Amino acid sequence: MLAYIIRRILYAIPIVVGVNVLTALLFFYINTPDDMARKILGEKNVTPAAIENWKRDHGYNLPSFVNTKEEGLKKVTETVFFQKSLPLLWFDFGRSDRNNIDIGHEIRTRMWASLAISVPMFMAGLVLSLFFAMILAYYRATYIDIWGIVLAVIVMSISTLFYIIGGQYVLGKLLRLFPVSGYDTGLYAAKFIVLPVVIGIAASIGVGVRFYRTVFLEEINKDYVRTARAKGLTEGRVLFKHALKNAMIPVLTNVVVSIPFLFYGSLIMETFFAIPGLGNFTIEAIQSQDFAIVRSMVYLGSILYIIGLILTDISYTLVDPRIRFE
Amino acid sequence: MKLKTTEGGAIGKKASRALGAFALAALFFFAAGCTPNDPYRDSERGRNIFYTTFLEPPKHLDPARAYSSDEYDFLAQVYEPPLQYHYLKRPYTLMPLTVEEVPQPVYYGRDGKKLPESAPAKEVDRAVYELRVKKGVMYQDHPAFARDKNGSPLYSAVNPREAKNIQTLDDLPVKGTRELTADDFIYEIMRLADPQVESPVLSILEKYILGLKEYSEALRADLDDIRAERRKAAGFSYNQTEDEKSNPITLDYRKHPFPGVEKVDSHTFRVILKTKYPQFVYWLAMPFFAPVPKEAADFYNQGALAERNITLDRYPVGTGPYMMETFNPNMEIALAKNRNYHYEAYPDEGEDGDAQRGLFKYAGQRLPFIEKMVFKLEKEAIPRWNKFLQGYYDNSGITSDSFDQAVSMTTAGRPELTDEMKERGMSLLTSVRSSSYYSGFNMLDDVVGGYSPEKQKLRQAISIALDYEEFIEIFQNGRGLSAMSPLPPGIFGYKEGAGGINPLVYDWDAVRNRPARKSIEEAKKLLAEAGYPGGRDKAGRPLVITFDNPWTGADSAPMINWYIKKFALLGIQLENRTTDYNRFQEKMFKGNFQFFSWGWNADYPDPENFFFLLAGSNSKVKYQGENAANYSNPEFDRLFKTMENMENGPERQAVIDEMTTIVRSDAPWIFGYHPVAFTLFHGWVENVKPNAMANNTMKYIKIDAEKRQYLRDEWNEPRLWPVVAVIALLVIGSLPAIITMRRKRGLSKRR
Repeated sequence: MLAYIIRRILYAIPIVVGVNVLTALLFFYINTPDDMARKILGEKNVTPAAIENWKRDHGYNLPSFVNTKEEGLKKVTETVFFQKSLPLLWFDFGRSDRNNIDIGHEIRTRMWASLAISVPMFMAGLVLSLFFAMILAYYRATYIDIWGIVLAVIVMSISTLFYIIGGQYVLGKLLRLFPVSGYDTGLYAAKFIVLPVVIGIAASIGVGVRFYRTVFLEEINKDYVRTARAKGLTEGRVLFKHALKNAMIPVLTNVVVSIPFLFYGSLIMETFFAIPGLGNFTIEAIQSQDFAIVRSMVYLGSILYIIGLILTDISYTLVDPRIRFE
Repeated sequence: MKLKTTEGGAIGKKASRALGAFALAALFFFAAGCTPNDPYRDSERGRNIFYTTFLEPPKHLDPARAYSSDEYDFLAQVYEPPLQYHYLKRPYTLMPLTVEEVPQPVYYGRDGKKLPESAPAKEVDRAVYELRVKKGVMYQDHPAFARDKNGSPLYSAVNPREAKNIQTLDDLPVKGTRELTADDFIYEIMRLADPQVESPVLSILEKYILGLKEYSEALRADLDDIRAERRKAAGFSYNQTEDEKSNPITLDYRKHPFPGVEKVDSHTFRVILKTKYPQFVYWLAMPFFAPVPKEAADFYNQGALAERNITLDRYPVGTGPYMMETFNPNMEIALAKNRNYHYEAYPDEGEDGDAQRGLFKYAGQRLPFIEKMVFKLEKEAIPRWNKFLQGYYDNSGITSDSFDQAVSMTTAGRPELTDEMKERGMSLLTSVRSSSYYSGFNMLDDVVGGYSPEKQKLRQAISIALDYEEFIEIFQNGRGLSAMSPLPPGIFGYKEGAGGINPLVYDWDAVRNRPARKSIEEAKKLLAEAGYPGGRDKAGRPLVITFDNPWTGADSAPMINWYIKKFALLGIQLENRTTDYNRFQEKMFKGNFQFFSWGWNADYPDPENFFFLLAGSNSKVKYQGENAANYSNPEFDRLFKTMENMENGPERQAVIDEMTTIVRSDAPWIFGYHPVAFTLFHGWVENVKPNAMANNTMKYIKIDAEKRQYLRDEWNEPRLWPVVAVIALLVIGSLPAIITMRRKRGLSKRR
């Protein structure tokens, strides 16, 4: 297994470098360093001299990828790509273009707020989706199943924004059960987490329930389930012990790859609930054309995606003994 | 039968038990919290804290660098420039803040002889402003002032290992303070020239402060030299960002001469201008001239602290009424009362009507009134509005979505609070902002530009067709005042009533006592005289004008359509060319546009700050200035030169009138509107008066925290029964299916 993981990590290196090159290419194609300077320097008194100075002070006066004015190794090292993107490989994210803050410190600080929302939302959402999917599978072909499916389709057809605004209005404003928005540090964060988590689960449960119900129904019709029933096991035991275990491969495919992204947070949820997470951080960076942050977050995203895929592969071997790393 | 009873009964019991447990838990939870939707900690209940919001994290809190109103909301409470605007007096009046009096310039000619105050600008070689700093003004407590036994700075060499335990400034337990001196003001003016500070006003001030340009160039050269040395030493592995992150560069400000500032004694300094510039006193009320202690700059210029994002750009150090307590720009910024704040009393004079509005109730009492200010980041309007209605924010602006809920217009067009808001005891404050929104033509363009009578008539015709009163109604909910010239109300030179209207676009309706826009027929007539009858040229081709704008928001499409329709009234085709803001800026710099729309917020309350937007020497294409229309009329420019150096008075008014007449006739701008700000305050907030120029107004505000807590509790009592009802309904609805299934399984088991 170790050899497999090392091989996968080695495969990942050209991928992350490629992602970096592509990000830089796309960013500079849409957004030149002059554009960045103009946006960051503000609207008043932005003279060409100020733009040149900004570029010089922030290292954007260098050519993007190849410096023809330099000799030897400096042709490569004296470029924006090398100066800005290389330190990412050892997770040195540098400083924000907009306000010079340390990006690594900001990520380390903000990820906890994102995790505080996304982990309970993910875990509770997963458990509830599996639970309701099994209930529907258990009560298949009854009105609970039919209306459950109808409800799931309705729930998944509605925009997340509607849940957020509706949830804030009904649970926060009308019933006054939770703060409408906001966040706090430490244990004080608890009361701010419930509403976004409830809303996040409501917005995503429809998709999960439908998918897992299909998976369970497929399992329920297999021979081993019939055998279990013939042995006299209760339906609950058949479903929750035997069918659930065997349905884990499709469940894991869906789930494990999402785990690393939990710390990335939710863009829309964090904005509406004023949660100081990484989702908000990324959106702000895109809006303010802060290439340093965008580059870091994209790089982090690519690393997380690769980690997610490796974890998924590993998890297969844990739930299905037939799968071996070759 | 037995099975049915047992199964059904068991499930029923379980369900009722679960419901009971839930209800009990909920009861316990809500009884304990009283108002579970309260976003604040229990320890804050009933305290003298002002709660408000901010929409975007401030980019900079360095007074030399910050240049936007949302940054000034924080900065102005902490830093104190030499002067401030009187809170209540109108027109806006400057008064001393950290200096003894408003400085009067002393002018000198080329021969070094003193000139009278009325000396013409061309004779003035030097303008000297002497400022006497108030004695006994102390800085807030701050670790930068902490000293060891030998009197050396205690935290001057924080290493990365120590810095790991530092999250905020509170993690540095020893703090100190010291008296404000003239050196701090001089140091801040020098900082404006530091290329690392990136002050946005350097290019402006270089034109006025003696030697500032040369000084900033010398510092720039020093910075380049240091970087070149480091590059040479590090070889190909040199990385400027990485290098300066761990080892910041500190420039030696004393290395080069800077004749623009002069220290007289410990509490007196002079600023020397190379020209006559009466508007300079307004700059002395802006944070760019607020004192910054060198100790603070040195303290923050440590790589280990910068890596924790502890910088002067985030943690200000000032003498103001408040000091930074919490800086989490992604969630909350809290300012606490500065215990070292010098004596300042609530004003006892203002303008007519202030007494009736209860604004002198606390006259003479020591400032500030509020113990702490908490700003919460709320980007979205809906939660912000809901929390304001719940009493969790003390004030709120009004967005288009909530406008009808908050405000109704009387038949006379006067805004009034709705009954719902009145019942809650709220107050509505409206004030015309010192801003002008306008549409402009590129005067360098062959079609819409130029100064011939035909071109003037073309632009005048379009000025009539663009019905800004309608625009204000549709897109601003009536929150705007039609503009008659570049000047907004409150700025010297602005004229109200019949005498103030733009006679080329409006007539005066004596019956309704208000301006009436000229008819579209008159506009068509002007257009025909301009050579475009029915919007077509002599060859019968339609007149096509391009409209450049950076509008990409939700309201953009209807706004652009509105412009297109208004141009279509004259038969002119308006071709929309929306781009992102950068492309738009680029087009403006290159002059690659015909028609555009823009706005300007006043830096200071002087007509020069608006008319300079039309001065030829400020043309965007030729000089990269702020004159986006590239308007250049020699007579207007001559008058501008005269007006900018005049004191307010009838003579200056006459020059302004003349300039206004010229610019109305040339019509490089279509004067749009001056926005009117609507702000709601809860009944427990006192001493509120809009002030478009001052930002340090929080020290005057007072709240009744006890009343607020009582109303918050009353407005936010939780309603639990709908939740219980929904759960009960779901359980009851599921019971038949559960029972049937159980029975089915039971029967199959028995078989």
